Amino acid sequence: MNYIWAGLMILSVIFAVINGKTAEFTKAIFDGAKSGVEISLTLAGIIAIWLGITQIIEDSGLREKISKLFRPVISKLFKGIPEGHNATSSITLNILSNMLGTGNAATALGIKAMNDLQTLNPSKETISFDQMLFVVINTSSIQLVPFTIIGLLSDFGSKNPTIVIVPILIATALTTSIAITNLFIFRRFFK
Amino acid sequence: MMDAVKYISALIIPAFFLFVIVYGLARRVKVYDSFITGAKESLPTIFKIFPYIVGIFIAIKCFQASGALDAVKNLLSGAFSLAGVPAEVISIALIKPLSGSASTAVFTDMLKTFGPDDITVLTAAIIMGSTETTFYVISVYLGSVGIKNSRYLVAVCLLSDLIGIVLAVTIARRFFF
Repeated sequence: MNYIWAGLMILSVIFAVINGKTAEFTKAIFDGAKSGVEISLTLAGIIAIWLGITQIIEDSGLREKISKLFRPVISKLFKGIPEGHNATSSITLNILSNMLGTGNAATALGIKAMNDLQTLNPSKETISFDQMLFVVINTSSIQLVPFTIIGLLSDFGSKNPTIVIVPILIATALTTSIAITNLFIFRRFFK
Repeated sequence: MMDAVKYISALIIPAFFLFVIVYGLARRVKVYDSFITGAKESLPTIFKIFPYIVGIFIAIKCFQASGALDAVKNLLSGAFSLAGVPAEVISIALIKPLSGSASTAVFTDMLKTFGPDDITVLTAAIIMGSTETTFYVISVYLGSVGIKNSRYLVAVCLLSDLIGIVLAVTIARRFFF
């Protein structure tokens, strides 16, 4: 991320100078910071909701039920999670909310899952393989029905906006499997 | 059919809340106290991820505003147009990993320009639907646990995004030609 962040910033400055857009660049810095604050505040509320709800799930014993139900699936991919660990249920809830396309709820639950996985991570500053796998699943979309896109298509007068559902489903399934496969291939070559 | 799907999906969150609260009460959990205990952890989490969010948003906004994004787009669309991929598709493919709202804006522009039944728009729709805001997810998720060394994660994500875009274009051609 260091190189990507530095690369984006350096390229931006260079192009701002070439294009005579240095004033726009300066404005963009502050706009970016402002959006960052707005998103953080929005997320603060959403994370509060979902951490509150997951606490009820925890205290009522529902968490064990979810873990037991989904452990066979989750443990196929995530080998490092011991039985009965919090991470199984938080990963399950994140994946389900991603599939349903609940947007920020998935982010909130994803942060919870990353924290649960972090308790199993022997190194506190280096990412574990299970964490990488979890992030890879989250960076390749797994949403089942793309409501926003269908909504936009129909707003603009598409005769049949649902025509995109099947191709998107195929693309989503393929890209997610390929992303997971890529991660496992990379593991063979890099330590 | 679509209305039914929409109706059901709008019901999921309310039903889930109802279920969790009623289940908690049935198990004699003080649900309100539990909720507060959990919600307390929100602000500490936000304090951790806030600098990462600001950092990534500044980089993305500057990259767009300076014209760097357009330059990269022109560079790539030259190469991809040989393979028959329209330039607009390239811009969606470039913006989606950076920003969800910006990519939605570009997609809306395309809809205005080409109409909803155009192959370019449908190809962009498939890219929109099968990719995620990669950099945002990485910075927030890693930031929330304070991880500094992401090993080969970024390389895997970017490679997968690239393959995903090629796949989306291929699938669009199969379906809509």
